Amino acid sequence: MSERLAVRKTYKLFIGGAFPRSESGRSYVVTSSKGDFLANAARASRKDARDAVAAARKAFPGWSGATAYNRGQILYRIAEMLEGRRAQFVAEITAFGGVGAKQAGDMVDATVDRLVWYAGWSDKIGAVVGSANPVAGPYFNLSSPEPTGVVAVVAPQEGPLLGLVSVIAPVIVTGNTCVVIACERAPLPAITLAEVLATSDLPGGVVNILTGSPAEIAPWLAGHMDVNAVDLTGADPELAVTCEELAAENLKRVLRPPAGPVNWLADPGLERMTAFLETKTVWHPIGV
Amino acid sequence: MFEYAPAPESRDIVDIRPSYGLFINGEWVEPQSEERHKTVNPATEEVLAEVAWAGEADVDRAVQAAAKAFPVWSALPGAERAKYLFRIARIIQERSRELAVLETLDNGKPIRESRDVDLPLVAAHFFYYAGWADKLAYAGFGPDPRPLGVAGQVIPWNFPLLMLAWKIAPALACGNTVVLKPAETTPLTALAFADICRQADLPPGVVNIVTGAGATGAALVNHPGVDKVAFTGSTEVGRLIARGLAGTRKKLTLELGGKAANIVFEDAPLDQAVEGIVNGIFFNQGHVCCAGSRLLVQESIADELLEALKRRLGTLRLGDPLDKNTDIGAINSAEQLAKIRELSEAGEAEGAERWSPPCPIPDRGYWFPPTVFTGVAQSHRIAREEIFGPVLSVLTFRTPAEAVEKANNTPYGLSAGVWTEKGSLMLWMASRLRAGVVWSNTFNRFDPASPFGGYKESGYGREGGRHGLEAYLAV
Repeated sequence: MSERLAVRKTYKLFIGGAFPRSESGRSYVVTSSKGDFLANAARASRKDARDAVAAARKAFPGWSGATAYNRGQILYRIAEMLEGRRAQFVAEITAFGGVGAKQAGDMVDATVDRLVWYAGWSDKIGAVVGSANPVAGPYFNLSSPEPTGVVAVVAPQEGPLLGLVSVIAPVIVTGNTCVVIACERAPLPAITLAEVLATSDLPGGVVNILTGSPAEIAPWLAGHMDVNAVDLTGADPELAVTCEELAAENLKRVLRPPAGPVNWLADPGLERMTAFLETKTVWHPIGV
Repeated sequence: MFEYAPAPESRDIVDIRPSYGLFINGEWVEPQSEERHKTVNPATEEVLAEVAWAGEADVDRAVQAAAKAFPVWSALPGAERAKYLFRIARIIQERSRELAVLETLDNGKPIRESRDVDLPLVAAHFFYYAGWADKLAYAGFGPDPRPLGVAGQVIPWNFPLLMLAWKIAPALACGNTVVLKPAETTPLTALAFADICRQADLPPGVVNIVTGAGATGAALVNHPGVDKVAFTGSTEVGRLIARGLAGTRKKLTLELGGKAANIVFEDAPLDQAVEGIVNGIFFNQGHVCCAGSRLLVQESIADELLEALKRRLGTLRLGDPLDKNTDIGAINSAEQLAKIRELSEAGEAEGAERWSPPCPIPDRGYWFPPTVFTGVAQSHRIAREEIFGPVLSVLTFRTPAEAVEKANNTPYGLSAGVWTEKGSLMLWMASRLRAGVVWSNTFNRFDPASPFGGYKESGYGREGGRHGLEAYLAV
């Protein structure tokens, strides 16, 4: 009796809550680190990038206007869904190669824990980085953080799952929406993550995931006038300079690539959240 | 309108030297650059002094002095740095009358504003950040937040000494050393501040002042020895700086232009709103990045409000900035006056209706009367571009949602104003306006404890308050 032939998955983009192929019809071959064929992934085009920005912009008012409690619960829900697919992620990470099942499992666990950590921040970050300001006059004066808007993220080119979630979660937990360019060589966990996101009550468009070439896609996003910020964590130095220059056109907030290798297991701190927060200060006179 | 006898503040209190060098490493030095320019009193076109325009070699010398001073200054216990800053705050208070007159002479702003707004805020800013210098571990940036190094700071001409305070006070409190470039048309109070640093016995090189124009500023922000760049000025220059810093590890904060909406609802207290509108756009001749330059008034009260506003504008006194009764001073420079004229002419050409109260204009100097444009469409240049002058563009709206839509319809996002007696509406508006500062039932209030800075193309980073420390710490 012959062995049953497996039903393979088609890896597509994730835009506005849907899974389209690249409108360009382009795809590229994803191989394991040993060179074995794994899948054909979509190679996102400029049009895809623009569609993703439009979807992120459309989702922004609703997501930033949701209560922090609601956003926190949805991030927690993502963690729940991811936990349920633990085996699938372990399989994808080990298929790519370079890590054993134990190590891959640890990474998935750390990813789930990271999501839970960020979920709890949704209704606390305002208390930590906001302030009631004692001005010298009869005024009520309150500063509070607000999301910057649409953030374009170049995901780390190592750590295809933990690194990816570690850059997405801090952006969205505070109410931003994003367009993420997945790790180019190992994009498959990113698309499986999209399947998790799609089943986690996360409104469509809050996270949009593009696979393909960061060198090609990132400059389109960095120069896009309806993008408010760029996270260049996964950009190589040359690409980072190009993107930072393009970002200056509408004064996007820029999170530069880290100076050295990142330990994604370390305490992330607040930096990835505060990089994409604006401070709004409201004054009102006090009187009778 | 009452007639007032002239009440000019005496200018004898200031001692302006005929010519100034650069303040580097605690000393006045002769620049290597041979370029020198005159700074004039914009109210009279009288030459006040000649200042150097520093070249690259001069900037390099200043940055090296700051770099040399950094290890010592940053290693001082915070409590010691604090004491220097408290000292500076006190000297500013002691010399505030002199500095106010000097600011008014060089800038053209009414003495009432430099005396009652600028100088008190300058002293308060140093006093505020002095207190942070030994408390940084409690500021929420980790247990031992470190300074960045040498800060290159470029400031504008609209609030010369106040912008200096906003830049230097937090930088020094955090342990950085600075090279500051004042604007080319208003260098005198920064040069006076150099003398204050000497009176305070501030260690040499901690504060360096280099005068000059755009090329000097460019040399400073692009100098490889600078670790932190802070700029206040136009969005256009801010963009250039941001682009130039791409690929460096320099930390950048930008406080740029604005086109703030001042939104008046039908239930607003009208007289207070009129005062707020006047303060919003005619304070400091409208040379204010957060000026309420777009009045959005609810249609049902537009006629009544405009009538009251025009009546009030008829009582504004334009003239000698040193006169204590003056409300509107001089435009800071011929160049700025030309820009205001050009945009006002575009307003007329595009079909808006222009109005100014009867207002005698002095024969000499740079002046522009308070001006109101009605019938302004969102597409008009005077509704989109920053005029940076005493020119108000009036638009109307019907619903709160429309007000939000119009207010946010700008690439800028520095400030906004909301006038309503209904608290829930005020907070609803405040939460939807994409602006860094929202003044409700007030306008143009500033305080060292209150963070200031913009959304979108108005820049990034905050100045003032605990938030203002972040710009000068390695976090």
